[in-house]
Amino acid sequence: MRLFSLAAVALAGAGLAAVSACSPPTSSTASSSSSSGGVSAASATSAQALGGMDALVAAANKEGALNVIALPPDWANYGAVIDAFKQKYPQIKVTSAQPDASSKDEINAANTLNGQPTAPDVFDLGQAVANSSTAMFAPYQVATFGDVPPNLKDPNGLWVNDYGGYMSIGYNSKVVPAPATVADLLKPEYKGKVALNGDPTQAGAAFGGVMMASLANGGSADDISPGVEFFKKLKAAGNFLPVDPTPATIKAGQTPVVIDWDYLNVGQAKALQGTNIDWKAVVPQNAVYGGYYAQAINKQAPHPAAARLWEEFLYSDQGQNLWLAGGARPVRADAMTKAGTVDKTSLQALPPATGTPVLLTQAQSDKAAAFLKDNWAKSLG
Amino acid sequence: MAELTALRSQVPPAQRRAPLARRRRRRQALQRWVVVTVLGIFFLLPLYAMVEFTTRAPSGSGRTLDVWRTLADVRSLADQYPDLLDGLVASAELVLLTVALMLVLLVPTMIWVRLRLPWLRRPMEFVCLLPLTVPAIVLVVVLAPVYAWVAYFLGPASWTLCFAYAILVLPFAYRALDAGLQAVDVRTLSEAARSLGAGWGTVITRVVLPNIRSAVLSASFLSVALVLGEFTVANLLSRTNVQVAINLLGKRDPSISVAVSLAALLIAFALLLVLSLAGIRRRRRGPRAGRTDEPVLAVTPVSLEET
Amino acid sequence: MTSDAASAPALRDRAVPAAVGTSSGGRRGRRLAGTAASLLGVVPFGLLVTFFLVIPTLVVVIGSFLDAGNRFTFANVRGLTEDVVVQAYARSVWISAVTAVLGAAFGALLAHAVSTAAPGGVLRRVVTAACGVLAQFGGVTLAFAFLATFGFTGFVTVWLQHTFGVDPYGAGGWLTDTPGLLLVYTYFQIPLMVVVFLPALDGLRPQWREATESLGGSTWAYWRHVAGPVLLPSFLGSMLLLFANAFSAYATAKALISQGSPIVPLKIDAAISGEVITGQDNIGKAMALGMVVVVAIVLWLYARLQRRTSAWLS
Repeated sequence: MRLFSLAAVALAGAGLAAVSACSPPTSSTASSSSSSGGVSAASATSAQALGGMDALVAAANKEGALNVIALPPDWANYGAVIDAFKQKYPQIKVTSAQPDASSKDEINAANTLNGQPTAPDVFDLGQAVANSSTAMFAPYQVATFGDVPPNLKDPNGLWVNDYGGYMSIGYNSKVVPAPATVADLLKPEYKGKVALNGDPTQAGAAFGGVMMASLANGGSADDISPGVEFFKKLKAAGNFLPVDPTPATIKAGQTPVVIDWDYLNVGQAKALQGTNIDWKAVVPQNAVYGGYYAQAINKQAPHPAAARLWEEFLYSDQGQNLWLAGGARPVRADAMTKAGTVDKTSLQALPPATGTPVLLTQAQSDKAAAFLKDNWAKSLG
Repeated sequence: MAELTALRSQVPPAQRRAPLARRRRRRQALQRWVVVTVLGIFFLLPLYAMVEFTTRAPSGSGRTLDVWRTLADVRSLADQYPDLLDGLVASAELVLLTVALMLVLLVPTMIWVRLRLPWLRRPMEFVCLLPLTVPAIVLVVVLAPVYAWVAYFLGPASWTLCFAYAILVLPFAYRALDAGLQAVDVRTLSEAARSLGAGWGTVITRVVLPNIRSAVLSASFLSVALVLGEFTVANLLSRTNVQVAINLLGKRDPSISVAVSLAALLIAFALLLVLSLAGIRRRRRGPRAGRTDEPVLAVTPVSLEET
Repeated sequence: MTSDAASAPALRDRAVPAAVGTSSGGRRGRRLAGTAASLLGVVPFGLLVTFFLVIPTLVVVIGSFLDAGNRFTFANVRGLTEDVVVQAYARSVWISAVTAVLGAAFGALLAHAVSTAAPGGVLRRVVTAACGVLAQFGGVTLAFAFLATFGFTGFVTVWLQHTFGVDPYGAGGWLTDTPGLLLVYTYFQIPLMVVVFLPALDGLRPQWREATESLGGSTWAYWRHVAGPVLLPSFLGSMLLLFANAFSAYATAKALISQGSPIVPLKIDAAISGEVITGQDNIGKAMALGMVVVVAIVLWLYARLQRRTSAWLS
């Protein structure tokens, strides 16, 4: 029996070494695809390098597929964005996987599915994950790269901010009174009603919520502790609901107040039009916390040309306006306003933000994250 | 005490037993319905809440069947959400493959271990409990290199998940089969069959298997239900199945998502009901008729004469 | 079942021709050959398990001792001794144990009720099919359904408030805390127990009941001396399964309690999927290793309990 166990462990160990040390040969689609003028799509750093937009479109059509990940249809109007892309390039089949994935899940998926044709081609990441995973990205500069302000992109195009928003308080105006300030949420009318979109030590949106509370309670970009204090008070008052808010819980009335990005709350408001829920989004005055998400191309993308075409589409006027229609603030908004190509109605429909927006640097973000790691779970008991 | 025994022995046993059995049966029937009703209410409450949510009129008061009518229009549903059809097909394939894998691999192995390798029982019990101890998220991360090879040899299609699902099903199937095997004296049956000249294959398939039918059915039930309800592994490996498709569908409209989840539950329930028909033994005519799950040797004397 | 060891040599001797010499070396050699032949029977199962279970588990074990740069370290395992993590383990074990006991008790009750029904009848088929489905019902949908039932605005809460004037939320939120998890987990533990324990109940012969009665035994005597000892191993085994099932369940808890990760699977999820604090993957693996160790300990306790009770009751 002992011999058997030894043999079994040896066998398992050998199998483990074999399986994890050598990975299977990658699928040939990546290498055999699109090359023109000696440059393959996988290493092209701009459309010019491939021979122009037409060559890029031809190469992408030849690949015929695109894998996107973590793009829920109601997140910044991504549903319409994907549909518009499908309409513009009907030969490219778009597969949208894992709509609930976090930014980290996207990177995990790219690692898990490395070399397989179902690996994600492009990422839409929170800034923290984008900064820490640059080794996985392929540099690419879209045609409108110059329109993006220099502090909102990597100089080589490894990642580029795509859309952003401000932290807001979404609420059902028929059930709760409009919160004028963040501190209003401590009032008894909000008992058992206030939800945060996730845990701030895990989700970027929730992190932003705590930062916003901090800014509203005397904190700053360097100090998130007033925010944690606020939520501690919120919980003590019985107003804090630790439930994960989803469109279903909002529609069912289980989470009447949700602290989330303004474009998400605006999206909810649109979706709930015609029901008995009057969802409104308000950005608290002088507590404007802004955050951008970032686009990146997977270095090991199974469809590199389609990935680059997708990026070109997102940063074109059409793509940017579609995001704007979803309530997000596209990164080329200033340039487009100057050029007159921006969708003015959508621009005006954005929730007004009074006060200077606060955007965190990586260092400030790390400091706040470390503070949350040590204090969030403890404060919430 | 002696008089009581004497008195008892004067009444013929069959007559003595009848009123006792009848009273017990009546009491059992009452207990049965009370337990089922009380627990049934507990289980139906959340399901009722789901029905209530999906039939809410947009204006807030009154009921509407709009959501269910949209669901019932299967053709337009398939047109609008082609992923749903893909997910259903993938799940159907996975159910068949996983149950087949489980039946072909686990059942003979458990019987074999019980008969020939009793010292493997505890290690097997641990191995069959292991899939439940590692949460799905970790399992996916560590299955990644294995599935890279699977994708290389067999492609990235969803049906290749059957191997992972067979593992996920192990704890439940093992426990159900173990409960069934405990109730049957496998050793005596197999010794008897072997002494009559049966090979090991015959022992497993024609002697032991018919006696653990209820357990095999339970294990299959659990496997079917697990495959139809599994979401995390398929989602994290970016493959599709019915739950993944429902999740994507739900992103468009929360009422539809809850309604589809409820519909999926009802369909799985109907499927299991149909499957349970397979577990009803045909009434045997002759001296062995009676309680249908008595252990009987499937090799009757008649067939022995034929061999 | 205790005759396993006794009859094993008999079978093995039958499998091998008796003409071979009877020296001890020869017999041991034959036994090894017999064992090897028997082991061939478990090879297919062994292959599936090795590739899809054992190797992943080894990856977990090895990963627990690596840091972000793939160097050997004890830091991850040491991190398991942090207060927050120990509390999470304690809470996980508590919730799993309580729901295992509750699920086993009510599940056995329901299973017994079903087993006394007509074998091919409607009640049995409906209840077993329903239990099969509900045992795997979980995740976001179950959390939503419970919120809609017992939540702040749930219809049961509202009904209690209007009809009895009782406010379940007077003392604070309970559904989104440990008591809530206990209730929600019991919801799928009971059906699981029914499906897994029913085969054992089906193995009880009606003749045993009749025999007990004809010998003057009461219902209690029947359960204590006849049915109980037969059912106890399966009952304990099913309870063990329920424990492990609750221990690793996380999808429902994630939707219900999205703050603070109070149980271990949620902490693992935070380590692997969290996008605010990165580089925690191996800490997640260390926590998974901790979970495997806890379940191994529970399995060992169960094995000892089984041995003790089988000796005591027989």
